[in-house]
Amino acid sequence: MSDLLKDPLILRQIIMDHYEYPRNHHLVEDETYHKAHMASESCIDDITVMAKIENNVIQDVCFDGIACTISTASTSIMSELLIGKTLEEATEIISEYYKMVELLPYDEEMLQEAVAFHQVGKQANRIKCATIGFKAIETCIKEHKHDQ
Amino acid sequence: MFEVGKIRQDFPFLMKAEQADPQLVYLDNAATTLKPQSVIDAVVRYYTESSVNIHRGDYALSYEVSNAYEGVRKTVAKFIQCEPNEVVFTSGASAALNLVAYGYAEKVLKQEDVILMSEAEHASNVLPWFRVAEKTGAKIEYLPLDEEGVLTLEGFKEALHDKVKIVTLAHISNVLGAVVPIKEITALTHQKGAIIVVDGAQSVPHTKTFVKDWDVDFLAFAGHKMLSPTGVGVLYGKFELLQQMDPFLLGGGSNARFDKNGHVVLKNPPFKFEAGTPAIEGVLGLDAAICYIEALGFEAIEQHELELKHYTVEKLKQFKHIKLYNEKSQSGIIAFNVIGIPTQDVAAYLSSLGVMVRAGNHCAKLLSEIIHTQETVRASINFYNTKAEMDIFIDALKDITLEKCIDLIF
Repeated sequence: MSDLLKDPLILRQIIMDHYEYPRNHHLVEDETYHKAHMASESCIDDITVMAKIENNVIQDVCFDGIACTISTASTSIMSELLIGKTLEEATEIISEYYKMVELLPYDEEMLQEAVAFHQVGKQANRIKCATIGFKAIETCIKEHKHDQ
Repeated sequence: MFEVGKIRQDFPFLMKAEQADPQLVYLDNAATTLKPQSVIDAVVRYYTESSVNIHRGDYALSYEVSNAYEGVRKTVAKFIQCEPNEVVFTSGASAALNLVAYGYAEKVLKQEDVILMSEAEHASNVLPWFRVAEKTGAKIEYLPLDEEGVLTLEGFKEALHDKVKIVTLAHISNVLGAVVPIKEITALTHQKGAIIVVDGAQSVPHTKTFVKDWDVDFLAFAGHKMLSPTGVGVLYGKFELLQQMDPFLLGGGSNARFDKNGHVVLKNPPFKFEAGTPAIEGVLGLDAAICYIEALGFEAIEQHELELKHYTVEKLKQFKHIKLYNEKSQSGIIAFNVIGIPTQDVAAYLSSLGVMVRAGNHCAKLLSEIIHTQETVRASINFYNTKAEMDIFIDALKDITLEKCIDLIF
């Protein structure tokens, strides 16, 4: 994993791939999903994330909307990363991701492809883009816990 | 003689920007403009030499500041060609448009009356009208625009009818820079007995304004988009309309007297709209800004800005990866997209090369259906920009790729 971090070409490839072919890029008409609409203050990104949480496990995550490369790719990676995880695991991954974005020590293994954004914290104005999907899934999890 | 090199020396920001590495190129003038030293000096002079409040003329210094403040009303009146008592100082164009909406329109509009506007309007000239419509039962109707956001007189005639009581339009659109034939539209509006409100935020800084000759009823503009400090703007209103209009802020300075039974006698316009201590330094700075612009002259300003716009458009047209949205508009705004790259990434890439532009929908959220895109990148020119700066901008766009945009985060 550490070697991967040293190769910007591979990291760029990961981001390109998730931007051009975003995973789970659709919304569903299903009342059992939680939904978070995120329109960032910069008035550009406008995405909706939906999550199905059952038996304490994130069963599905999907998203759609208008967003920049960083927002789209990070949300796509987030969806792959969190599907199938328990809420505790998901919360830990999200917290590690935020640590990485803030340029603090973090667990590389846990973040997998999301390490592509390990330097994004150096561009303060793009932090919002890189975290928009993670904030959205946090809202979904919060809503789920509130409903329980 | 218009010497841009000499002009730039008056702007401390530009002198620093030229020394920066990479050189900074400011092309977000539709958002706000840079300030010349004379404006900065006017603000500093107020705080170092005067500092006291206006309209408290019991001591000499306050009397002098009050005189200077009222003198700016005369400067503005001359600048837009009206009477000083038709100039209301506000905190900006948004405050001015809100004042017309709540103070005038809400008072006169009735159910089924129509407010006519365009889908290219800035949020500041849309949202107050939505609220007025909701409160009065009036309806909003939209004017037809072509795909460069241009409103034609024929289109305007077709949309106008007897129920229309208010027409509200930007003289120059902040996204596409389309220029509206304001005098002709005003005449047609008046033939139907309606009044016209003009958002001059993007036009007053760049082209000569003649409110009396055009016969417009209200016109709003912001100081900071034309070299002045932030926090000051102007609402022009025909005096008889200002008399009918209610203030939406009440307080010190706006009343002549009141008693404990609630009887209030308001001052005459424009003072009844100016409750509270205004942005005195902003108004004094606006005076210096107008002096600066008038010394250059609008003829030279327009010629220079349009020359830069046409020069840039001609170059950008040759790039297959660039889509232009307003090639023909006669103002210094260039709206474009890089095919396949989101606007924010384009702006971030340009920023990494020192070029400052704006990405997004530019607060004109209704426009997307007209130009078939949610977002654009906007480069907006002011008279202090140069061909060399436009070349930096053009070169940056020449070989932009998605890969390069993404590489910025490594």
